[in-house]
Amino acid sequence: MNTTTKYAATALAAALGVSVLAGCGGADDGASGGGAGGSETVTLVSHDSFNASDAVLKAFTKETGYTVKVLKSGDAGAALNQEILTKGSPRGDVFFGADNTLLSRALDNGLFTPYKAKGLERVAADTQLDAGKHRVTPVDTGDICVNYDKKYFADRKLDPPQSFDDLLKPAYRNLLVTENAATSSPGLGFLLGTVAAHGETGYQDYWKKLKSNGVKVVDGWEQAYNEEFSGSAGGKKAKADRPLVVSYASSPPVEVLYADPQPTEAPTGVATGTCFRQIEFAGLLDGAKNEAGGKALLDFLISKRFQEDMPLNMFVNPVAKDAKLPELFTKFGATVDKPATVAPEKIAENREQWVQSWSSLVVK
Amino acid sequence: MALPVAFFALFFAYPVAAIVGRGLRADGVWRFGRIGEVLSRPDILDVLWFTTWQALASTALTLLIALPGAYVFARFDFPGKQLLRAVVTVPFVLPTVVVGTAFLALLGRGGLLDELWGVRLDTTVWAILLAHVFFNYAVVVRTVGGLWSQLDPRQEEAARVLGAGRLAAWRRVTLPALAPAVAAAALMVFLFTFTSFGVVQILGGPAYSTLEVEIYRQTAQLLDLPTAAVLTLVQFAAVGGILAVHAWTVRRRETALKLVDPAQTSRPPRGAGQRTLLGGVLLSVLLLVLLPLGVLVERSLDTSGGYGFAFYRALQSADANGSTFLVPPLDAIGNSLRYALAATVIALVIGGLAAAALTRRRAGRLVRGFDALLMLPLGVSAVTVGFGFLITLDRPPLDLRTSWILVPLAQALVGVPFVVRTMLPVLRAVDDRLREAAAVLGASPLRAWREVDLPLVRRAVLVASGFAFAVSLGEFGATVFIARPDNPTLPVAVARLLGRSGELNYGQAMALSTILMLVCAVSLLVLERIRTDRSGEF
Repeated sequence: MNTTTKYAATALAAALGVSVLAGCGGADDGASGGGAGGSETVTLVSHDSFNASDAVLKAFTKETGYTVKVLKSGDAGAALNQEILTKGSPRGDVFFGADNTLLSRALDNGLFTPYKAKGLERVAADTQLDAGKHRVTPVDTGDICVNYDKKYFADRKLDPPQSFDDLLKPAYRNLLVTENAATSSPGLGFLLGTVAAHGETGYQDYWKKLKSNGVKVVDGWEQAYNEEFSGSAGGKKAKADRPLVVSYASSPPVEVLYADPQPTEAPTGVATGTCFRQIEFAGLLDGAKNEAGGKALLDFLISKRFQEDMPLNMFVNPVAKDAKLPELFTKFGATVDKPATVAPEKIAENREQWVQSWSSLVVK
Repeated sequence: MALPVAFFALFFAYPVAAIVGRGLRADGVWRFGRIGEVLSRPDILDVLWFTTWQALASTALTLLIALPGAYVFARFDFPGKQLLRAVVTVPFVLPTVVVGTAFLALLGRGGLLDELWGVRLDTTVWAILLAHVFFNYAVVVRTVGGLWSQLDPRQEEAARVLGAGRLAAWRRVTLPALAPAVAAAALMVFLFTFTSFGVVQILGGPAYSTLEVEIYRQTAQLLDLPTAAVLTLVQFAAVGGILAVHAWTVRRRETALKLVDPAQTSRPPRGAGQRTLLGGVLLSVLLLVLLPLGVLVERSLDTSGGYGFAFYRALQSADANGSTFLVPPLDAIGNSLRYALAATVIALVIGGLAAAALTRRRAGRLVRGFDALLMLPLGVSAVTVGFGFLITLDRPPLDLRTSWILVPLAQALVGVPFVVRTMLPVLRAVDDRLREAAAVLGASPLRAWREVDLPLVRRAVLVASGFAFAVSLGEFGATVFIARPDNPTLPVAVARLLGRSGELNYGQAMALSTILMLVCAVSLLVLERIRTDRSGEF
């Protein structure tokens, strides 16, 4: 047995050696403590949807000397919960991706070290939900709205719905597909939108009516949008039959961007009276190894350069007032004047119960 | 023995115990009362009930459909057999996101069944069951078929000569020899369907939830660690129960089998009956396995300008207009293969050692317990292990939370049981006297193992590594938690593409899935081919 173990240990060591040589990105690029090159790493922890173009990240390195390393771990909720679990010995310096539906959970757990980012005066005041303490800095906003398939409604000479109440009309019977509020963030956003529109007691009644008007619930956005919604590229292939879907206000521009050839008009539209606004925040993690680098990164996240780069990478809207939207957004996107909102502490207090009663009303 | 134990203690037992402990301890006191609290909730009971019965039904259905397949693959020669054997294993490694899409195309609205008979099965239990068969077909064909092809048909013939009827001969000779493999396969299928996650989520819609889905939700979404801990313990208990039953069935029938070279046992089908059987199996493979895969290929080629390779071309660039990736999606293939290679080697070393230790006659009760322990990772959700890693491997020298090695390690955890399960029946079937003879002739234990066991189990090793490799290629759960955006694996890349709207993204997701299928099929084919000429020495 002894020899076997030795033999195996050698084999294991060799195997690990081989895979390192194969270059699984095995080089450990942790903070190198600013050597002669003065290049130090700052680590951003985020969810899977985070994206920034290479040029912009390089510009940050040029400006500050810090190299950005991005860690993504799961969806927004899972990523935040992992930070809460590792509180005190975080995996990175800055966390990006706590939105207003999760904000209270992050703040109550004391995840962040307060820091007032440079240039905060340029950021829209209504997004600064922690303006008193500056534990988090707003970075982007996005609207969760019902999207409609333009062709479907044009063919039938029917006006698409514009508000939550419209969705209850018999004309739109069996047309809407939405996501599970318990597992999907657009699903939750839409539920919160109905709470904002119909009140904390009225929303249940609203959903009862919506259910009898034939709303379909699937588990995630991917399935709702790509398989059930007739206006998306995937849905067309799948012969989808629901012309209304809960998605984002930025979905139509994305449809245009990724179509080949690009159409002159977006195939889908946004029902602007059905929107719930999401605001995403970033904060300096408590126990960060590179606090100075983390602060520099927070400043950078609300800089004009990053804010203007963001829309085409994450399909969200900037919070900085001086950041210009790309043409794709102004031409094909929808402006949402009065999005529904619910105060973060209210969400924290009631979310579980709202989702529970929603589930028993709509799903079971 | 020491190495597998250490590996499991460090990368499985410790993280899982830590996360469960965090859920069950409050202010330094164990709160076992929580177990009762959670288990008396009606919604949790619903979840438990659904998990159990769908797993039982899925297992029965899979065995029913796949056992004839195992026989056909083991005993018949037909053109394209090797290719088909590789292809039926592909589903097993496809990310569930992709499988869900393929199945919706078949069972959902406007799908094949809908057009033929107006039947729609999506968001029904049938969709879940059929997808489980699709996933696990290969498990049965490979574990049972692998052994079946090495059973000497002359034994059955001898029984016939001695006057036994065809059925009796089969029942007395072949069935006892096969039983452990069938039990092992059934157990695996049950475990997989019991812990099914993606399939249930996508095809069942929000109305159905398995234990695994619930654990994920409680841990990752709600951070309700107490509930998650209780559910994890329930899953542990269930898996432990299954394993105990399994160990008992295997122990009852441990006979040394006379294994022969599979090339000698298969021949072209003769007579109408055998041809019908072959045709029936091929048809079931076509409908259940090839058709869903075909849908993906079709969609990957179906561009707005007619059929073409535009989506595949798009995969080569890191995307000029708004990058989904820092690297071209094609690079994900290289990443996946490297991870899979590392994971396979780790799994083979750990699993091989464990299997060798478990076959020694002197293996006492303690070691047998270890046998069961090795299977436990299959019954623990990726999110539990992933979150366990987060809170345990966070201090030097073991701060592995952001290291790439965690990916193959986590994948190897799932691969090891396969290696053990496939090698154990064959190793146990090796006649001990051969080893004794070698020892008498002066061979060291290692030399005896190399000269006696290895040639006999070479095929099992290949099958095992094929499984480990395939599992690693398609593994998604652990990979999500180990966040290195500069080198996403194929399943992660597919999921990211599916997570954005727009035709190009959808098309690229389908194209990448097709590539993933091809990569898997090719890897598995290569493994099938590796069998050197020396295996003819049996």
